[in-house]
Amino acid sequence: MLGDGILKGLAETAKNFAGSFVSKERMTTVEYPEERLPLPEAARNFPFLVYDGDDWEKGLRCVACQICEKECPPKCIYIEKSKDKKPDYVGKPQIYPAKFDIDISVCMSCQICVEVCPFEAIKMNTEFELATDDRFDGLLLDRKQLARSNEYYHQIHPTEASEVDARLAEEKAKVEAKAKAAAEAAAAKAVTAPATGAPAVPDAAKPAAQAEPKPAPTTKAAEVAKASAMATAPAAPKPVPGTGTDGPAPMTTEDRKNAETPAKTNEGEPKA
Amino acid sequence: MIERLDQIFVLLKHWLLGYLPESWQTPVGVIISVACIVGLYPALFAVTTVLERKGVGRIQNRLGPNRVGPYGILQPMADGIKSLTKEDIVPTSADAVVHFLAPIILVVTVFMGFAVLPMGRNMVLVDMDAGLLFYFAMGASTELSVFMAGWSSRNKYSLLGAMRAVAQMISYEVALLLSSVVIVMMTGSLSLVKIVEAQNHYSYGLPHWYIFTPWGFAAFIMYAIAGTAETNRSPFDLPEGESELVAGYHTEYSGFKFALFFLGEYVAMFSISGLGSTLFLGGWMAPLSGLQFIPSWIWFFGKLFVSMCVFIWLRGTLPRLRQDQLMNFAWKFVLPMCLLNLFVAALWRFMGDGWLRWIVCSAILIVAYFSIGREGMRRKHFGPRSYRYAA
Repeated sequence: MLGDGILKGLAETAKNFAGSFVSKERMTTVEYPEERLPLPEAARNFPFLVYDGDDWEKGLRCVACQICEKECPPKCIYIEKSKDKKPDYVGKPQIYPAKFDIDISVCMSCQICVEVCPFEAIKMNTEFELATDDRFDGLLLDRKQLARSNEYYHQIHPTEASEVDARLAEEKAKVEAKAKAAAEAAAAKAVTAPATGAPAVPDAAKPAAQAEPKPAPTTKAAEVAKASAMATAPAAPKPVPGTGTDGPAPMTTEDRKNAETPAKTNEGEPKA
Repeated sequence: MIERLDQIFVLLKHWLLGYLPESWQTPVGVIISVACIVGLYPALFAVTTVLERKGVGRIQNRLGPNRVGPYGILQPMADGIKSLTKEDIVPTSADAVVHFLAPIILVVTVFMGFAVLPMGRNMVLVDMDAGLLFYFAMGASTELSVFMAGWSSRNKYSLLGAMRAVAQMISYEVALLLSSVVIVMMTGSLSLVKIVEAQNHYSYGLPHWYIFTPWGFAAFIMYAIAGTAETNRSPFDLPEGESELVAGYHTEYSGFKFALFFLGEYVAMFSISGLGSTLFLGGWMAPLSGLQFIPSWIWFFGKLFVSMCVFIWLRGTLPRLRQDQLMNFAWKFVLPMCLLNLFVAALWRFMGDGWLRWIVCSAILIVAYFSIGREGMRRKHFGPRSYRYAA
């Protein structure tokens, strides 16, 4: 019949009209500035720098290795290494970024900096309300603006952050175990050959032992087993060393590659 | 008291005029009435725009504008300020004078229609003998302004939009007139006041509106279709089809001139709705004899409001027609139905009282509706195209 389609359509729209006042499910509108949907965990836009503890400057995980700067496809990261070393959060002398700028007007949110960072120091943020009336300085974020606490990281990417924390704890345990083994070996060596007077290895091992702020929570045997397991199975999901929240000295990738002897891991100076 | 409330605006005007000398009373009275019309309908226009946006929003399960003022009711203010402060651009190659005149002529002619429309008991600006004729004459001159706008802009889209608008308005003007002619046949008068009075009696508490007769109902449907097309409203908004013609004939208009076109379109909707309720829905009459204590102007504007809601509802429901569908619909469906309806109305007039005329008239119209509709709905099957090549 001519016109019954129109009547059907009118009935449908009338149902929509009336239903929009009654059923909450129909109105999918979220009135944005007042109410917000929680961001999905995988959300990301621009990077930020993670710090541990309360002081952003002291706790920055970044050691200015500049890998991210080199890897960044649009070259939006600018890093200046510090001339001096500053004790990091665990008290280990470290180079730190005297300047760490990210130009978010250039950044393309590719996350490559996050993937290459060996220290879990740079992560992707979810903040999207970055509008500014100054398109040059307003969009060039310095290290203070980039610094976010680890707790914040846990807030925005809980799963990823706990994975990172677990990995860091593992690394820490491994390093501690190695340091202990080195110390024991040095002690044994000192006992067997006290007359040689070549204290190179014990000297190197000692500060490592001192640098450990507290003993690892697991038993020693377990630690050793774990460490050896790690050494034999290098196919960890992301075998990146670094500082944990209260971990031992950080290492660069090169350090780690060269770290065949336990003593050497504790030199602690990043070379990259 | 009820009588006083019904006539409140008339009495108010007379009270105001009482302070003036005798010779001034007529011109000042006219000016007051005109000022009321010119002030009232733009205000209604402002309300309708926000109503429409909210209503269409709800139809689409959205909220509609809700940022300016509580529930977005101050949105028209923001829109008005915006269009007033916008730059008024006249294309260099445009015919500046005609370009300037077009929106003014549109608004003026649209407002002229209200001169003969009774908006309540004794509330009509001019009780013209040929009121309906005057109304349609004014309505037809909106086509002129639309074409002026499209032609003077010197823009392809504007011109195409204007051509479409003129083609559409002329086609549907015929249907609009023919559907109103049955009312004139029955009433025996072109005066809109007399048409309302002819419907102003009740039996068993129900009114004798023309819509409650077979020919009146058919004429009302045709009138509604033609009126929607005449005001370029969705689904007949091809002249300003933004998907193909930017904005149609007002593509080159900005700022306040554009606002005038917008105003003209909505005021034309009020005007066509007002005429429709005058012709078919008893104008300012109450729908039940028991409700006559409510002032007549409330009924008129209530009917206006309802028909605006129907306009909005239709807009939220129907997709735009194609140009050939539009023309086919006008000439192959609406026009034959209107012509048949003239015959049915005459039959009704001369069959005398009784139930027989109800059956005969309804049967003729229903059969015609179904057969013409079936003919129009039939799909044409095209076979695969065959080609013949010259040897």
